[in-house]
Amino acid sequence: MFHLFRASGLVLVAVVGLAAQPAFAETPGEIQASIQQEAAGTPGSREFSAARGEAFFRTKHANDWSCASCHTDNPAAPGKHARTGKAIDPLAPSANAERFTSPKKVAKWFRRNCNDVLDRVCTPQEKGDVLAYLLAVKK
Amino acid sequence: MSIKDQKLFRILAVALLAISVMMPVAQADDDGRDEKYGEKYSGKYGGENRGKPLQPAQTSARFRQECSSCHIPYAPGLLPAKSWRKMMAGLDNHFGSDASLDAEDSRKITAFLVKNASNRWSAPTAPLRITDSNWFKRKHDDHEINPAIWKNPKVKSPANCGACHPQAERGDFNERNIRIPK
Repeated sequence: MFHLFRASGLVLVAVVGLAAQPAFAETPGEIQASIQQEAAGTPGSREFSAARGEAFFRTKHANDWSCASCHTDNPAAPGKHARTGKAIDPLAPSANAERFTSPKKVAKWFRRNCNDVLDRVCTPQEKGDVLAYLLAVKK
Repeated sequence: MSIKDQKLFRILAVALLAISVMMPVAQADDDGRDEKYGEKYSGKYGGENRGKPLQPAQTSARFRQECSSCHIPYAPGLLPAKSWRKMMAGLDNHFGSDASLDAEDSRKITAFLVKNASNRWSAPTAPLRITDSNWFKRKHDDHEINPAIWKNPKVKSPANCGACHPQAERGDFNERNIRIPK
């Protein structure tokens, strides 16, 4: 009886402990893995490529902007918003440990920025390639 | 004066008083330039006046986080509630950029903006650009600010409040605190 009581207490402590973790904090690797899963479900998906990601990052697509328009050609350096001039912290995780640690933020910014740059959402392949590139950028 | 005349006199006096109360109060700061900025609605700047600065206790971490990625977090008191509702309903095309939020953030930030919107805006207007409001135009016209200042790369654009108002993020635009960059 005592053991059962103590065990349930431990379970309670464990559950409360989990809930107290910062919401959804992940590593860039975990975020890449979930994009991988997404990509695996789409036809014609290939292994993510940093080279393809870099080309995508620097190219203008449907609109006047590329990713580099705000994040610069060097994602390990601070950027600047193309319209407002507001400073943007470096995008490469090697230079900014906060990047790609919140799935909510990652989803929000891919949605917004792909819409601005490409006039559409990005495919999981494109997102995976870009993240592979960003992870390869050294500080 | 007959009783009839006295009565008429009293009616006239009341009517005169009523007219004087209803007449718009002259708001000219110095040289009547305010006329240019509309007198249709009561209150300063034709009813398009910004509110009092936000007190630190009224700020919202969610608002600051979500609305300062691309620009400074513009103080809610700079526009009326109607403007903020319109703004928040059109975030997917926010001055040409996608600034969309998820439903919960959108709802909570809208509530914050509406609650702290300008309390001195009596006109039915609801501009989306702060720079389109009468108070802004009047306070930044050529009489107030040498047009050359706008061309300074450190100023860049009228949307860059912080260039000359270092306390802008707190909603403080007090003239004593203005520092125009050289």
